[in-house]
Amino acid sequence: MEAISPTIFNVIIFVLAIYVGYHVVWNVTPALHTPLMSVTNAISAIVIVGAMLAAALTETTIGKVMGVSAVALASVNVFGGFLVTRRMLEMFRKKEPRKPGSTKQGAPK
Amino acid sequence: MSMNVVILLYLIASVCFIQALKGLSHPTTSRLGNTFGMVGMAIAVATTVALIIKLAGETVGNGLLYVVVGIAVGGTIGTILAKRVQMTKMPELVAFMHSMIGLAAVFIAVAAVAEPTALGIQLIDRQIPFGNRLELFIGTFVGAITFSGSVIAFGKLSGRYKFRLFQGAPVVFRGQQLFNLIMAIAMIGCGLWFVATQAWLPFILMAAIAFVMGVLIIIPIGGADMPVVVSMLNSYSGWAAAGIGFSLNNSMLIISGSLVGSSGAILSYIMCKAMNRSFFSVILGGFGAEEGTTVDGGEQRPVKSGSADDAAFLLSNSDSVIIVPGYGLAVARAQHAVKEMADKLIASGIEVRYAVHPVAGRMPGHMNVLLAEAEVPYEQVFEMDGINSEFGQTDVVFVLGANDVVNPAARTPGSPIHGMPILEAFKARNVIVNKRSMATGYAGLDNELFYMDKTMMVFGDAKKVVENIVKAID
Repeated sequence: MEAISPTIFNVIIFVLAIYVGYHVVWNVTPALHTPLMSVTNAISAIVIVGAMLAAALTETTIGKVMGVSAVALASVNVFGGFLVTRRMLEMFRKKEPRKPGSTKQGAPK
Repeated sequence: MSMNVVILLYLIASVCFIQALKGLSHPTTSRLGNTFGMVGMAIAVATTVALIIKLAGETVGNGLLYVVVGIAVGGTIGTILAKRVQMTKMPELVAFMHSMIGLAAVFIAVAAVAEPTALGIQLIDRQIPFGNRLELFIGTFVGAITFSGSVIAFGKLSGRYKFRLFQGAPVVFRGQQLFNLIMAIAMIGCGLWFVATQAWLPFILMAAIAFVMGVLIIIPIGGADMPVVVSMLNSYSGWAAAGIGFSLNNSMLIISGSLVGSSGAILSYIMCKAMNRSFFSVILGGFGAEEGTTVDGGEQRPVKSGSADDAAFLLSNSDSVIIVPGYGLAVARAQHAVKEMADKLIASGIEVRYAVHPVAGRMPGHMNVLLAEAEVPYEQVFEMDGINSEFGQTDVVFVLGANDVVNPAARTPGSPIHGMPILEAFKARNVIVNKRSMATGYAGLDNELFYMDKTMMVFGDAKKVVENIVKAID
């Protein structure tokens, strides 16, 4: 039997992952759609893995410059995405004693 | 560490990302979900460091230094942005972050074309295999479109720039769609030329055309459709990540990218449905000329307008109140004032609820985040389907800076927004509408609700008006 191309396996993973994503995302409550977008921003920053390989293992200038820039761009999202999501989700936490306006994070200056 | 262990660790990271999305099904589980996401990312990065140490040999310290510098710079910027951003500015931040992913994907693809072996692409006859070239082409153009499209979306959302392309009004010119089609064909042509030859020239041409395409795709879309655009770019950034995953043969990137891609696609679908517009009509654009075009000419119809004191009187003498927040609330940053008003009303035994339309604001869930920021308990916040049947039994509906989402014209056949699901504010016994002026909403339509006998208009900035109401209730 001839060998199966790795691309075919990738396609299988791709299709199944879309299927999983479809079902998981439909269960997200509409109130959390903004945190959903910011956390998906952070998750798509997974390209940092490719960027790290490029930054560390390339030898030419163009490879290095591209790699390091891509690492920096992706880390903006890794840190920014998860942290801003956490900040938002903290706001959705149930408040016990209510003091109006007591914990205004990032209140307008 | 063997390659098998690396792949298995990547699998664990992928499962963590799925958990992160799954957690968002309820506010109580969401924070744990986000932690899962962070753990997944930490596993992925740590594993990649181990992989680099394994592959690099002698020069490993040097290579990792570059990685650390990149993470330090990007991480600092990201952390500062996340801490400082105002909740009203979330749509801009999200658009900005989409552009980061798009550009990163393009850079990785360039690095991969320059030095394929460094990124683990096995060469055949010293050439990148045909399949990988095709995947690099797709990853690059999706990334480039995501980047430039998001930059334009960012400009339109912030609304602070004079630059014409950054303004909310759609940019339309004659033959636009034909021009876009020609550009798309040219881009695909260059892409296939690259796939055939692996030459730099077609690669650069293809990327350049894709950057222009990203701009062209977003400029004809009007401000009202921004929730769709933001969701769509969210989806693109995921597909770009998946495209890079295909090129690098990395299943974790493919899984994560597909999760994000399908998430963005579902959000776009929900947004389109909430506006009763087809996805294609949004993309082809030209809808929603500009905010604030007062309907002149035609008949000047009388409206009943009142002061904040009148509104306060009406509110404090009711038994039940539903607050309908809209983009005007976000612009005026009135969420804290609204919470204060609601607290006062609740303290005097009045039932207060909030009704959120799916497309209120500039991105999905925008209003919910603003209300959460003001510490409104989420039990008081209702989605459209959950509260529409309640309007009929409600004494006062207070519409704050919303317009089209409460326009009864959506029930009139022939109206441009006919069929759009709306919040049935018009069924309430009394309606108070706060707006800055009688300007029409994005759809450019007059709102029948404003002329009803039971409706009182309170003109002015949402925050000032609500603050005055709070004072008047005392």
